[in-house]
Amino acid sequence: MPAPRSTAKVRTYPLGEAALLAELGTRLDTALNTRAIALATALKKRRDVRQAVAGYATVTVHFDPDQTSHEALTAAIRRLASKRPPMAEPGRLHRIPVVYDGPDLEAVSAVLGLEVAKVVELHTRPIYRVFCVGFVPGWGYLGPLPEELELPRRHVPRTKVPGGSVAIAGRQTGIYPLPTPGGWHLIGRTSVKLFLPDSDPPSLFRAGDRVKFFATSG
Amino acid sequence: MLRVEKPGLFTTIQDLGRPNAIASGVPAGGAMDRFAHRAANLLAGNDEGAATLECTLNGPELVAMRPCVVAIAGADFDPHVNGRPSPMWTSVFLSEGDVLSFAGRRWGARAYIALTGGVSGDRWLGSMSTNLLLAQGGMHGRRLKAGDVISVAGLERVPAISGRHLAEHDRPDYAGHALPAIAGPHIRRLDAEGRKALFGSAYQVSRDADRMGYRLDGPVLELSGDELLSFALVPGVVQVPRGGQPILLMADHGTAGGYPVVATVTGAAMPVAAQLMPGDELTFAEATIEEALRMRAAQRAALDSLRS
Repeated sequence: MPAPRSTAKVRTYPLGEAALLAELGTRLDTALNTRAIALATALKKRRDVRQAVAGYATVTVHFDPDQTSHEALTAAIRRLASKRPPMAEPGRLHRIPVVYDGPDLEAVSAVLGLEVAKVVELHTRPIYRVFCVGFVPGWGYLGPLPEELELPRRHVPRTKVPGGSVAIAGRQTGIYPLPTPGGWHLIGRTSVKLFLPDSDPPSLFRAGDRVKFFATSG
Repeated sequence: MLRVEKPGLFTTIQDLGRPNAIASGVPAGGAMDRFAHRAANLLAGNDEGAATLECTLNGPELVAMRPCVVAIAGADFDPHVNGRPSPMWTSVFLSEGDVLSFAGRRWGARAYIALTGGVSGDRWLGSMSTNLLLAQGGMHGRRLKAGDVISVAGLERVPAISGRHLAEHDRPDYAGHALPAIAGPHIRRLDAEGRKALFGSAYQVSRDADRMGYRLDGPVLELSGDELLSFALVPGVVQVPRGGQPILLMADHGTAGGYPVVATVTGAAMPVAAQLMPGDELTFAEATIEEALRMRAAQRAALDSLRS
């Protein structure tokens, strides 16, 4: 039996009467994310769509229920998602200097059984993808993190993580743009500003961008 | 122009928000009770999207620096002009020197004061809405304080529209705390009993309730399934974090998250949700999309009746 075309599997779910969640898959996967971003871009061009925001493997669509319906939009999404996505342009590359002296670095190294230098080496090795932007202004969900660094979140989240903290959790990494609560492991810090209130868009990272960390001594 | 004598507990400038910034992680924000915000604007002769003052739990004391027309809608904080009771949901003419004050909360959490010509504030990413966390928009990104001057965004017209009114039967049913909600993407993570608990039990708005969202106290919802990858959220979503106490997301919610979404409160019920305060009870009443669209159309017709 031939494998079903993965592109046929988009599912939509209502988020109230004026929004829906289009789910292309449930895995952390660069190809799925590329399709989600392409689908969001295509949907934003429609007059009946007010906003389309990509997640890892989903698109959240805000629409005008006076102009379309869940059914009509779902049919349009299936059509768009079954098309081969346009060749994704490589996202902009951001090189981010990091001082690896985070409060959790020693503990991370101990739990993983890796030297601190090895943790740093592994974290700076990949070119990460910005899968999506959200949660707080300027936050980018970056990944995939090397398997050797995979750890569950902290049992007790911190009530305040300093802005600029570089953190890891699961197969993800990210930078806290602002002081916020957070449950990820803090391994370093950067002076690069991610939330840019005087720019439009106000985020340094956009979905599909690429990020390379490098170690500095501050 | 209005001078702020007393700012009230928590008064901010709000409009209909900045939806274009969601993809950067910036909440769309804007007025919590959009029906009251829109109605106040239309009563004052403005576009629905003009900025208003959102007053939380009590009202400010404002002095008219020039003749103007104002309209107050939403929660009833017992408005007075020069010490005499003044009607809600009605446009009211203020002469120079008139004092608008509020005697105290009768019901609801948020009142909206519209000013003919629209309240003026700092515009950020296409909206004057105040985002306190980011200190952007509105009155320099902060709540009002004594001595502030509320200026008018558009041309000051000589107002001839005082006495315009929206009848009670044209307003949302603010007293009904059964919020119609549509089953969400992850509803199947609840078993039959869990679904019954969600769409039947009373939940209480906890003290952890603000413009970002309300944590609800009530029956714990047990969900099955793996952790989800993060996705973009919308206001009205009922998400269930580990621990099983649901959270109702409001105007300033985090733009993305990975907790399961079991329901979304309908757009027409969000004004009612916006008027709840800690300690208030609510239930989620399962609704269909068709029902939600009918309620939406009824609210739209009520607002349109003010345009003539």
